[in-house]
Amino acid sequence: MLQARLRKTFPQRPDSAGFSLELEFQAASGVTVLFGPSGSGKTQVLDAIAGFTRPDEGRILLDDELLFDGATGVHLPPQARNCGYVFQNYALFPHMTLRQNLMFAAERRPRLERHRRVNEMLETFRLTEAAGRRAHEVSGGQRQRCSIARALIVAPKLLLLDEPGQGLDAPLKTEFYEVLRQVRADFKTPVLLVTHDLDECFELGEEMLILREGKIVQSGTPRKILDQPANLEVARLLGAYNLIPCEIRALDPGRNTSKVQMGEFELEGPYFPGRFKGDRVILCVRPEQLVVSARLGKPGPNQIPGILLRAVEKAQWMRLEFEGGIFADVGRAEFERQRDNKDWVIEFPAGTLRVL
Amino acid sequence: MQIDWFPLWLSLRVAVVSTAVALAFGLWLAYILANREFRFKEVVDAMVTLPLVLPPTVLGYYLLVLIGRASPLGKLWEMIFGSPLVFTWKAAVVAALLHSLPLLVKSARAAFESVDRSYERAARTLGASEWRLFWRVTLPLAHRSIFAAGALAFAQAMGDFGITLMVAGNIPGRTQTVSLAIYDAVEAGNGAVARTFVLVVSIIMLAILSVANRLNPR
Repeated sequence: MLQARLRKTFPQRPDSAGFSLELEFQAASGVTVLFGPSGSGKTQVLDAIAGFTRPDEGRILLDDELLFDGATGVHLPPQARNCGYVFQNYALFPHMTLRQNLMFAAERRPRLERHRRVNEMLETFRLTEAAGRRAHEVSGGQRQRCSIARALIVAPKLLLLDEPGQGLDAPLKTEFYEVLRQVRADFKTPVLLVTHDLDECFELGEEMLILREGKIVQSGTPRKILDQPANLEVARLLGAYNLIPCEIRALDPGRNTSKVQMGEFELEGPYFPGRFKGDRVILCVRPEQLVVSARLGKPGPNQIPGILLRAVEKAQWMRLEFEGGIFADVGRAEFERQRDNKDWVIEFPAGTLRVL
Repeated sequence: MQIDWFPLWLSLRVAVVSTAVALAFGLWLAYILANREFRFKEVVDAMVTLPLVLPPTVLGYYLLVLIGRASPLGKLWEMIFGSPLVFTWKAAVVAALLHSLPLLVKSARAAFESVDRSYERAARTLGASEWRLFWRVTLPLAHRSIFAAGALAFAQAMGDFGITLMVAGNIPGRTQTVSLAIYDAVEAGNGAVARTFVLVVSIIMLAILSVANRLNPR
């Protein structure tokens, strides 16, 4: 279990704006994902935990060991921190074979055990055949598995991963998710993973921390965060919403309903705690939650007429763009069935409405 | 024609010893400069670089003050070894060292700095001590540039003239290195000896430079 509270200011430089990191979080067993756009300070957080940089203030506690404490001046070197680190470029030593890379990591173990342990790891990570080759002579997947194996061979108390999926093609990504799930099952090492890939959060993350400009703006399970982003900023970061300004017309906590005015149309939604009648809010709905159909006469409840501007083909689905900046995602088959619709209606299912 | 080859052998011996010392001390210094943050770091760097731009006579003068028979260092040397340091071939080693160290430190620092930081960081997270990290990761990764820098240091050590003249003198058969011998030969109108030495030195230097160039990664 990692408990971290840090503050660090990076002074303004000719090549970078000033920036400050100020956050507090915990990472228990399982995979905790640190999600944020580039420049939000994700890697700086990892570096501070691994001991490459020294925070100005704060406290980092791993299990019962104090890694850093600003108040008493404790600042363990990376060697003493027991944190495995998988670098974005894997950082496998290029002048060593994969086996030598693992041997280097295992050198602090007794000689006999060392060989056994390295062989075990090579086997676990399906590297036995490539063990005699150097990093640049093996495939990307093997490199990645080797760097994870190397980090784990010292039995770290925490595994740090810096954008591991970055730049991998789809099959390699799938393979990597597989490997990490295996790590989670076999090694029980808590993992702190940095990414700006939303899919990765869902594939791997049990907990998710959203980082923006050096601060954590929301935390929770990925599903919960996606269902209810804390504010407009988070919604924009996740980038997967229709964000439509509207006004609350009625609220009824007893029946758990509300009415919101969107342009000339009125929609029914669930009760919004903490909001008042007359509040101007942003309606936040994911494109795949909208239901589109052909317009037959007067639009039904929670339906609004839509004018289709274009349909964009995605890998697994179609994204329909309607006038007014409303996006709806529908399956390919569904779209094929409806493509000849003359007029459209868009339905906002009452249960899916969220406001920010 | 009778040529006394002693100056050439002396030069080679001086260059070998001074390169060895320069590598031991220079690599350490370069590694510190490349990896540690401390106050006056750039001042130290400037001090190391200074011999590159100072006239040899100035450097020689400093050295005489520093290791001359009246200086504390000179006295200490005499106490331990029973004979003075200046005007011996060992003083020529010191002179060659001063001549070759700046470039060695400069290029070794650049070589160490060109090693991707993530390798060193990875080694640290794997529990490697700084010592093991240096010998097993940084040095092997930078070895080509380091060899090249060593070769250049050797060439520079062999080529020193001014500083050697100031602190080791020009004693034939004792401290006369090949650069000094060429000067003497020209002064004495001994063209054949001068030409032979010039040719041999040129060939040696050319060989060293081509080795250094081949080693240096582009």
